Amino acid sequence: MSKKVKITPEVVAEHGLSEEEYEVIQDRLGREPNINELGIFSVMWSEHCSYKSSRRHLSKFLTKGDRVIQGPGENAGVIDIDDGDAIIFKMESHNHPSYIEPYQGAATGVGGIMRDVFTMGARPIALMNALRFGEHSHWKTKQLVNGVVAGIGGYGNCVGVPTVGGETNFHKGYNGNILVNAMCVGLARTDKVFYSAAKGVGNPIFYVGSKTGRDGIHGATMASAEFDDNSEEKRPTVQVGDPFTEKLLIEACLELMETDAIIAIQDMGAAGLTSSSIEMADKGGVGVLINLDDVPQREEGMTPYEMMLSESQERMLMVIKPGKEKLAYEIFEKWELDVALIGKTTDTGRLVLKHKKKKVCDIPIAPLADDAPNLNRPYKVPKPLPIINSSDIHETQDYNDALLRIMGSPDICSKRWIWEQYDRHVMTDTLDSSQSGGDAAIIRIHNKNKAVAITTDCTPRYVQADPYQGGKQCVAETWRNLTCVGADPIAITDCLNFGNPEREDIMGQFVGAIEGMNEACRAFDYPVVSGNVSLYNETNGVAIPPTPAVGGVGLIPDLEYFSSISGAKEGDTLIMIGETNGWLGSSIYLREILRREEGAPPPVDLDVEKINGDYIRKLIRNKRVNAVHDCSDGGMAIAACELALTNNIGVHLQRSSGCPLHAWLFGEDQARYLISVEKNSVNPILTTAEDRGVKAYIVGKVGGMNIKAEGAFDLPISTVREKHENFLPELMS
Amino acid sequence: MRTAVITFPASNCDRDAAVALRKVTGIKPVMVWHRDTELPKDIEFVIIPGGFSYGDYLRCGAMASRSPIVADLVKKAKKGLAIAGFCNGFQVLTEAGLLPGALMRNKGLKFVCRPEKLEIINNTSRYTAKYNDQSEVVYPVAHHDGNYYADKETLNKIEGQGQVIFRYKDNPNGSVNDIAGICNEGGNVFGMMPHPERAIDPMHGGTDGIKLFKSIIESI
Repeated sequence: MSKKVKITPEVVAEHGLSEEEYEVIQDRLGREPNINELGIFSVMWSEHCSYKSSRRHLSKFLTKGDRVIQGPGENAGVIDIDDGDAIIFKMESHNHPSYIEPYQGAATGVGGIMRDVFTMGARPIALMNALRFGEHSHWKTKQLVNGVVAGIGGYGNCVGVPTVGGETNFHKGYNGNILVNAMCVGLARTDKVFYSAAKGVGNPIFYVGSKTGRDGIHGATMASAEFDDNSEEKRPTVQVGDPFTEKLLIEACLELMETDAIIAIQDMGAAGLTSSSIEMADKGGVGVLINLDDVPQREEGMTPYEMMLSESQERMLMVIKPGKEKLAYEIFEKWELDVALIGKTTDTGRLVLKHKKKKVCDIPIAPLADDAPNLNRPYKVPKPLPIINSSDIHETQDYNDALLRIMGSPDICSKRWIWEQYDRHVMTDTLDSSQSGGDAAIIRIHNKNKAVAITTDCTPRYVQADPYQGGKQCVAETWRNLTCVGADPIAITDCLNFGNPEREDIMGQFVGAIEGMNEACRAFDYPVVSGNVSLYNETNGVAIPPTPAVGGVGLIPDLEYFSSISGAKEGDTLIMIGETNGWLGSSIYLREILRREEGAPPPVDLDVEKINGDYIRKLIRNKRVNAVHDCSDGGMAIAACELALTNNIGVHLQRSSGCPLHAWLFGEDQARYLISVEKNSVNPILTTAEDRGVKAYIVGKVGGMNIKAEGAFDLPISTVREKHENFLPELMS
Repeated sequence: MRTAVITFPASNCDRDAAVALRKVTGIKPVMVWHRDTELPKDIEFVIIPGGFSYGDYLRCGAMASRSPIVADLVKKAKKGLAIAGFCNGFQVLTEAGLLPGALMRNKGLKFVCRPEKLEIINNTSRYTAKYNDQSEVVYPVAHHDGNYYADKETLNKIEGQGQVIFRYKDNPNGSVNDIAGICNEGGNVFGMMPHPERAIDPMHGGTDGIKLFKSIIESI
């Protein structure tokens, strides 16, 4: 596209800008924009970059806390984990590209989230991912699973950061829009955190990393629109990743960060050079002059428009202290990376671009950021589905069959086929990962006697049935997962995946879920420190189930005291912490056995969550438990099976309450933990629980080689394991 | 004793190798950059670490095997310097001609990461002498191209001369004769796809790897 393109209403519309938005642009410029300027406004004001539908709602989140060093608004969130150590983390979606080109879409999702983290001075130490695919029987699913998993592994394995956990769901609601949410956790020093504010005038701006090509142009705009039958034609807007360059960038940036050369640094993610330069200038209150001829280019004849909107991967922008240029060149050349001085900060407050000695863009920076649309879209929070009494839900006549069907169902089955393709051990600080089937990954802080626990969670069927309760549940479950390993939960990141916000009911799901999430955050003093929003996850007008994926991080302050799903021993007693009322609405049992997707989801009582979780952590610190497992999808029966499989030892459940047997076994009441304890710990645990107002019941014992429940099922571990392990390999073969 | 770890662009187990060496020798190893033309003086044991040197572009280990430092290693290996390559390091050693055979794409075509049971075939080698009371170890594997291949003649030779040091109990990658680790004729150069450096701490789930490092260090 040359700059002579005439700006017609069609061109404006093609850029995803409304008439009103275009008027604001003209007003701020005092003239018509040229095509470069229009392109820049269009990406900066896209849903993806501007959060125009979500901003006012996100602002309600709890974002501050004693350990929060940096909340939302930077590349990633930063928390304090004592001793001068900081954890920097974020989760981000790469949904639209992954559906169109699964390998590259997922790979660049991993690359992008890692850059967000090391940009701030952290060495990435762990990767997680939350994946949602369509029905397992859908013709496209297998190919998408194959590509996404290979892409995540291909990138993370090469860079040498362990991929340690996550979750994978299958549901027809994702047939036309899969979700690929990647999370990265990094370690930095609290006094060495880097920000993006480009302070000072006349400072050199460096471009580092891969050359700029024509890939990914308008990726951010693509992520801000619905799909239709022709979406696959958008393959050229998917970026291509190069993990080798990423690895070099990490090492080079961290090496340069050891010096005092960097004033500001920002990765080029969505909207590439445009958004990175504008964000840096806006935060630093300066202007920017860039000479596009100096930008390293992969292809000949690139126009300013293409260069500014390219989403080529593995590129960074940094403002260097004058006088330190030589040092920067030396380090980047050592790592064989392209590096170029492409501009400088100015006092004009404007973004000025030069190309072939001509000025091709001159726009004030403040409106790009400050005047970005902040919409108040109409919304209607959907009414929760009606409550179903468990006594109105059919009891299975064959518990053995029901148990095996659930254990071998797409959501519950072993995900070994996936996580065996990820290097989980590189850096040798992985103490627990997907391999154990536990609740949270545990990553030791290198050379220290402490660790971080990491988890991701979301139960979309609950959010679909009741956005508010479902929103609370996502946050509560991550908090519970961290608790299970003995970590103090600190903060979360989130990836809010929803449909088209222009529809009242979708916007209502969004608002309802945020309200629930925020309430849980406040109850647990568990702030949101980073995240992203992915809207327009719709194809031909069909939206995905609302999926606010949450990534939680906690601290295990002393490795003497942590726990996991492993450790149950012959002769142990199983205790359920928390009340079992047999809630079957929106449960896995109802869906997998009775094929019904209905009913209000289990309510989340945040006070009860809090006292139960605090008690579990106390038991772990007092070394009172051998193993702990969160009781969630599939209820007590599934939690007990998972415990048995991990420890390769039988379990025997005995009913502790008066609710119907199937509801007792498969009910998904919240705030529950299954713990395996030595006989002589039973009474002290029950007594202390009572004193603290915590409900605790003996529900069975550990031993033998069968998984059984009185009056229900009785199966050898090997039979359950076979069913659990075989589903995915058979699907993917 | 002075030891060294080589770092290529996109080596990613270099730190892990250094941690293992420090644990066993008590002294930090020297980290040597791939562009250096010579090892520092008095180095007695070198590890070529795992990773994706040069992004695994062209062929795994191919570009790294042409780097200046490897030229020096080839020279010194002939004089008896002890060199071990794990994972990508093994690929580099075969590409450099210091070990026989080649490593191809896994039979299942996928990256595989899991703890792997290995049988110690030769526990009199310089790398396994400390395992005299043990016939099996568990080390994790994590690779995409670990399918060991050598022609019949080479196989007969290395099998006959005790150069096959480890075999997989449950072959994860299609390696011929289940071969997991081999040494050269002199016994000073050793390569394996599994990662002994990831099994040196009870928190890794096992410490079987320590004796491998002890064996070679004490043999010097």
